[in-house]
Amino acid sequence: MDWLTTALILLPVGGALLIWIVPLNPFAVGSTALLVALAEVGLWIDAVSKFDFSQPGLQLDQQTSWFSDLHVSYHVGLFGFSLWLVGMTVVVMAAAIAYAFWAGRDRPRAYYGLMLLLTGALVGVFAAQDLLLFYVFWEAMLIPLYVLIGVWGGAGRLRATIVFVIYTMAGSLLMLASIIVLGLSQGTFDMIGSGTNGSDWIFLGFAAAFAVKAPLFPLHAWLPEAYRESSAEVSAVLSGIVSKAAAYGFLRIAIPKFPGPTSDFRIPILVLAGCGLIYGSLLAFRAPDLRGVIAYSSLAQLGLITFGIFAVNDLGLNGAVLQMVNHGLISATLFLLAGGIERRAATGELARLGGMARGRPALATVLMTTGIIALAVPGSTAFAGEFAILSGVFFTGWGWAVVGAVAIVLAAMYMLRLISAVLHVRPGASVSEAALDLRPAELGILVPLVACLLVLSAWPAAITDRSFVSSPSAAVRQVLP
Amino acid sequence: MIHTPNVDWFALSPSLALLCAGGISLLGAVLVPRRARRPFGATVCAFGFAAAIVAAALLYAFSPDGHGVISGAIQRDRLFALAAMIIAGSGFLSVWVSATEPMPDDHIAEYYALLAWAGAGMAFLVSASSLITLFLGLEWFSIALYILCAIDVELVGSLEAGLKYLIVGGFGSAMLLFGSALVYGATGALRFGEIASAVSAQNLSHDALLVTGLALMIGGLGFKASAAPFHMWTPDVYEGAPTPVTAFMSGATKTAALVLTLRVLVTAFPQEARLWTIAIAVLACASLAVGNLAALVQTGVKRMLAYSSISQAGFMLIAIASNNALGGRALLYYLIPYSAMSIGSFAVVAARERELNEPVTVERLSGFGWERPLLGVSLSVFMLGFAGFPFTGGFVGKFYVFAAAYEHGWIWLVIVGLAATAVSLYYYLGIVRALFMRPSAELQLAQVAPVAGGSPPPERLLQVGVTAALVVTVGSFFAVEPLIEAAKQAADVLF
Repeated sequence: MDWLTTALILLPVGGALLIWIVPLNPFAVGSTALLVALAEVGLWIDAVSKFDFSQPGLQLDQQTSWFSDLHVSYHVGLFGFSLWLVGMTVVVMAAAIAYAFWAGRDRPRAYYGLMLLLTGALVGVFAAQDLLLFYVFWEAMLIPLYVLIGVWGGAGRLRATIVFVIYTMAGSLLMLASIIVLGLSQGTFDMIGSGTNGSDWIFLGFAAAFAVKAPLFPLHAWLPEAYRESSAEVSAVLSGIVSKAAAYGFLRIAIPKFPGPTSDFRIPILVLAGCGLIYGSLLAFRAPDLRGVIAYSSLAQLGLITFGIFAVNDLGLNGAVLQMVNHGLISATLFLLAGGIERRAATGELARLGGMARGRPALATVLMTTGIIALAVPGSTAFAGEFAILSGVFFTGWGWAVVGAVAIVLAAMYMLRLISAVLHVRPGASVSEAALDLRPAELGILVPLVACLLVLSAWPAAITDRSFVSSPSAAVRQVLP
Repeated sequence: MIHTPNVDWFALSPSLALLCAGGISLLGAVLVPRRARRPFGATVCAFGFAAAIVAAALLYAFSPDGHGVISGAIQRDRLFALAAMIIAGSGFLSVWVSATEPMPDDHIAEYYALLAWAGAGMAFLVSASSLITLFLGLEWFSIALYILCAIDVELVGSLEAGLKYLIVGGFGSAMLLFGSALVYGATGALRFGEIASAVSAQNLSHDALLVTGLALMIGGLGFKASAAPFHMWTPDVYEGAPTPVTAFMSGATKTAALVLTLRVLVTAFPQEARLWTIAIAVLACASLAVGNLAALVQTGVKRMLAYSSISQAGFMLIAIASNNALGGRALLYYLIPYSAMSIGSFAVVAARERELNEPVTVERLSGFGWERPLLGVSLSVFMLGFAGFPFTGGFVGKFYVFAAAYEHGWIWLVIVGLAATAVSLYYYLGIVRALFMRPSAELQLAQVAPVAGGSPPPERLLQVGVTAALVVTVGSFFAVEPLIEAAKQAADVLF
């Protein structure tokens, strides 16, 4: 029995309720939300200090019966790799809330309440150890996102929300069918200590939900609109964290629970991931605006992470976890930067941007650093992650590694195109001389994110050595102890 | 000399409490000055429903094992007690919604009397265990509802709703009565248990008379539960009737009709289970298809909610079709959040109607959520609950329904249910979209000062009702264990 994981879930929810119930002025609302988000980071640091990385199995867990006749319980806890994903979540959410606070949002009580609620739901997804509870948190993510995009989004937001909801719910309901069948057939909904299953159909139900949310290649139609119409910090959360929840689902449920179907469908999934990787990279290279580049690069990166996961070996899985954290931090930083640039130039179109480096050293430095890390320059943490993934997938077949390597070259192309289109070339039509450099507040938000990336670049083993005890593939294959 | 059976007054206490309350509030029409009539009627009626809840709770506590009373005409068991609690609870909430309804004062005493009497009839119906009491209970509450639908003569469509309900409902009752007669003719028994034993004793399970009677009875009950294809009265009546009446009907009538359907089918026709499970499953699929597809294109919120109630009936029929203990549990559990969500959403519609002084369309809800956060958030939660999102009882209810269908071995029914859920998202989320995501600017013009003559009625009462419904909707998600335990105890008398 340990309340820490529950506290991680309930603290932001409590913060949300506080904001909704107590009438505060807008400034107090924003600062309360930020304080709660920072307290959440503190709580996570506490969890890291209490976590014993040399012990296998679930830690900081808590279980209480929810309804006993169908053996459903409130069961939460953390594994090494979920701890890192939770860490990435709380850091990115804190940055997103801080950014919203700095940028100012209408109807702050509703807005920050929903952001905090979303934090709780995301942490819940990474911590849930009961299938139905997992589904509850999974769906709970959708409601705040739906409202956040639909109310505070751009002009095309209504259409974006409809497409987003239709896609994700179609996947989720298939997953619910799978959960019902799986849970009732094995007599318990608990994920710990229940055996594996060999049904292809149940596996596909889960895979559908995860593939939509990630998104994997042909199911990504909701992505560009949702990422473009959201406010910058919501896009950061969508591409940074929500997509990782899907990758986590593959890693935590789809593979360990279904070893047989995994090996049946491994190759088709790798093919889809490869298509997404190349196609996403090409689209990112062709995208006319900032958000488009980051959105499609997110599609590509998720393909790469799926490569690592479905390599199902030590290198691939370790690399995938590292790359999940990396990409969460990178894409959040990039989206927040894009938000800052759009505020200055009133557009995100690359053709109308340019020359922003001159006289704006802070912006240039932060964007350059993030971009360089994103394109996986040797020495960066993204390089460590991608290298591990590629060497992992190499054991499946050298062709996969070639596809991955090609994508890394493409990543360099689209990131450099983004950097030069914003910072270099001649000053764009929408960039006025008066446009300011990054303000201290923005630096206060972005520098910690970049600092996390730099720390990981210096020490990627912090994550790869501490995600799984001993061999991850053995651990995953044996249904995570 | 006539043999009089021993009467267990305690078993009748929920109905009796409501009959008394109805009588007293009717006396209010002559004894209480006109001004005080409205608060008097509402108070008496609310106390009546509260007393019925308490009586049903006591019955639940003191009837651990079911037995027939009044020479087997009615059954005193936990199924009856729990269903009576849900019905009385629905009635109680509806009184809060009615209290602020701008109705003419002329018939206000009759209104509350009829509301209490309809509740009494439903509470009686769920205890029925013979064909006679079944028909008696059904007509008892139906007649009260016919008048309630038409009571607001100044409301456009109210009379039409009453008439339509009367004619179609009469047809449904006739079907039920004819079916009962055929069943009686085939078996020579009136009590449900005796019908079952007669069928097995005389080996009647393939008897044409009996099967026809069963089919007609299912049809008749389908009318009351507004299951497709017996649903066509629902949208018109729900739309035309005064909104508080619609709220009451959607919650309580469905509870009474579905619980009774479960009881009749399981206790009287166990040998025919192979037939009626399929029949009910077909009704469920038809209701899901018709309800969801028709709701997609509705512009009026009340009509949309009417079709949504048809589709919700479809979900609950899945639970009945499963014909197992889990299904009974699922039905009884689902009815609790369903009634709360249903009454709550009609209450919010009533509030908006009062603001606009004209029928509420989805368009006219634009921006309502920001103007009235409590009502807006509540309505959104009710919609999410209907759609089966977590943190509402609707999620757990649907989960149990699907679990029951799976246990029966009907995965196809689970798939149908999930597909229906997917379709329903469009119109349920459409309401949320209208409430919060559309600008309300052009609508300010449409607003008219509520109720000609006099100050607007106090909204507080309605807000209390909506909040109570919200608490039940969300609370039933967290407190699954005690509720499902109660539902289990209740359903176990049948299985």
